[in-house]
Amino acid sequence: MSSEKQKINLNRVAMPKQEPGVRAHNFSEVAQGYTMEMAMEEAARCIQCKKRNCVEGCPVNVQIPDFILALRDGEMWDAARILKGDNALPGICGRVCPQESQCEAVCTLAKKGAPIAIGRLERYVADWERAQADKPKPEIAAPTGKKVAVVGSGPAGLTAAADLAKMGHKVTLFEALHVAGGVLMYGIPEFRLPKDIVQGEVEYVKSLGVEIVLNSVIGKIETVDELLSDFDAAFLALGAGAPMFLNIPGENLGGIYSANEFLTRTNLMKAYLFPEYDTPIKVGKRVAVIGAGNVAMDSARCALRQGAEQVYIVYRRSRAEMPARLEELENAEEEGVIFKLLTNPKRFFGDEKGWVKSMECYEMELGEPDESGRRRPVKKEGSEFIIEVDTVVSALGTYPNPLVPSTTPDLETSKKGTIVADEATGTTSKPKVWAGGDIVTGAATVISAMGAGKRAAASIHQFLMQG
Amino acid sequence: MYKILRREDLTPQIHLFEIEAPAVARKAKAGQFVILMVDEKGERFPLTIGGWDVEKGSVTIVFMEVGASTRKLATMQPGDSLYAFTGPLGVPTHIENVGTVCCVAGGFATAIVVPVARAFKEAGNKVISIMGFRTKELVFWEDKLQSVSDELIMCTDDGTYGRKALVTEPLKEMMEQKRDINLVVAIGPTIMMKFCAKTTEPFGVKTIVSLNPIMVDGTGMCGCCRAEVGGETKFACVDGPDFDGHKVDWDLLMSRQKSYLDEEKRSLQLWEEHCHHQVRGKA
Repeated sequence: MSSEKQKINLNRVAMPKQEPGVRAHNFSEVAQGYTMEMAMEEAARCIQCKKRNCVEGCPVNVQIPDFILALRDGEMWDAARILKGDNALPGICGRVCPQESQCEAVCTLAKKGAPIAIGRLERYVADWERAQADKPKPEIAAPTGKKVAVVGSGPAGLTAAADLAKMGHKVTLFEALHVAGGVLMYGIPEFRLPKDIVQGEVEYVKSLGVEIVLNSVIGKIETVDELLSDFDAAFLALGAGAPMFLNIPGENLGGIYSANEFLTRTNLMKAYLFPEYDTPIKVGKRVAVIGAGNVAMDSARCALRQGAEQVYIVYRRSRAEMPARLEELENAEEEGVIFKLLTNPKRFFGDEKGWVKSMECYEMELGEPDESGRRRPVKKEGSEFIIEVDTVVSALGTYPNPLVPSTTPDLETSKKGTIVADEATGTTSKPKVWAGGDIVTGAATVISAMGAGKRAAASIHQFLMQG
Repeated sequence: MYKILRREDLTPQIHLFEIEAPAVARKAKAGQFVILMVDEKGERFPLTIGGWDVEKGSVTIVFMEVGASTRKLATMQPGDSLYAFTGPLGVPTHIENVGTVCCVAGGFATAIVVPVARAFKEAGNKVISIMGFRTKELVFWEDKLQSVSDELIMCTDDGTYGRKALVTEPLKEMMEQKRDINLVVAIGPTIMMKFCAKTTEPFGVKTIVSLNPIMVDGTGMCGCCRAEVGGETKFACVDGPDFDGHKVDWDLLMSRQKSYLDEEKRSLQLWEEHCHHQVRGKA
């Protein structure tokens, strides 16, 4: 035993954050990031375990102890290189990955105290590298002469494109919208994931030689079969882009948005900067967000920042079943979002101009567990009551957009509309076509989509090199 | 990309742009639309495709200056490029030989009726077209619609050219005279399409309309363009824009179109102030 042996610090270095009362009124980033001193102090807590549970816990297997060790020793370029070796989008993952249920959940320190703040360290290293002027050129394998089309530039598509480009393949990435990034641009708000961070990582992917073709809706401008006449393989990373509604009376009244529309107007089109930006949004005084996932929390917090006085999360189950990350739920609550739990809308009422003015809800109670394992919400008969609202955001989840599957006849899909693909490789029923991310799993996380992109890239590489 | 190759001012407020977009031109069909953005801070808004030239690699759009975005678009000149141009979107108009088709064109929508009328004509139909404008000065493309129609009826609201009538009047007469019309296609302002549908409904003549609700992405992602058709919620961008006019909930559609009236006024006012300053700056 070394005489220098220090007692392990069981507390993590706190993340500086904007005060709730302040941040609820601006779109600047809530969590402001570690300083160099904070990052070094936190990195020094890592005990460099022999059995690297954290690496196993990461869907893209970042060599976590290695980059933390480099960081601790001040070898910042090494830290960045190690990180980017497995993850093309570390600035994004450091901010939006649910580390608490992945790498940090299995951290040895978590048994006794707070796990290493892996996400915060990842963010620190990514941001440090981004700020450097002269970045070393990434290592790219010699050109293979093979061409791959990647459809969709969200996390799965960007990851697969980056990996394939590094392996020497010529990659063209098709995006339907006018900027690359998918849900990272239109969905996740600026105050959680600044858009210049996303674009910085998109630029990195481009620096690997990936060509990005914007404004191209595959299924319309070209079918998958047409793509395959130009490319040796295609990876479909289409996301789960279509919104679900409640299908109750009054749902098409003015002022009722899908979360996709509400967030797209706000984040992608920057309606919060109207009229400097041309796209408007109407956020009233009393906003109800239906649902309790991360998208619901994002919507509620965007509503607050755009002038709403009362923002409700309306959820049919109880707090324990809320699917949002704990951190997001707490952030929303601190900012003043009000949770109306065990509450389910029955119908909406409009004013004489066709604008929503109130919603009638049922009180709910929890019954027996359903197929998801959560207790089934059951309505209390005769419990109807009215909530006055002038804006509603339906954040019930999304399902796959059928544009590509419906124009690709021999691509097998499930009853839910997802593309059937092998989990380990991403291969589909159609030769030369791989799929991954939300289009296969239904709406999930950024990092799980990235994991799918990575596995598909490896499988595509293997296929291309055999031929 | 998306360079303006040609500009034609059809009337002082109605403009035609031919845009360089070869991939869109290759796939475009009558009844489809594009979503465009004038600049980086612009809105995404839909315009129905007016024509396309595969060899030249161009797509034609025709628009009327109504709000800030279309006024901004109208300041662009040949050689300038649009920031974004996505298409072809939506389901093409279903073209088949049904016998006789009556195409009703309202105002600037004449430009998008022409390819639809041509497609019906080429499919072997007899095409009777009705064109309606507010006044003579606004009339354009009478010759183009004439060239793809067997019969053309011109109307103006004030009687300065053709019949003094709304388009619904000759349409109603045709219905009452029991002329053998198998299909009506009405494209124009929402109010015009609504009343065309109301005119034909009692006679049971199928009437297709091309809805123009507010859109954002245009690919089925946001649901902004939802309309109720036959009691079901439809997304105009992916399920349409063509629908059975007898089944559309017109009042809902019109109230949703007015969602941003205040903001549109504000944008327009700011745009006019901006233009005013620019003119003064140049003087």
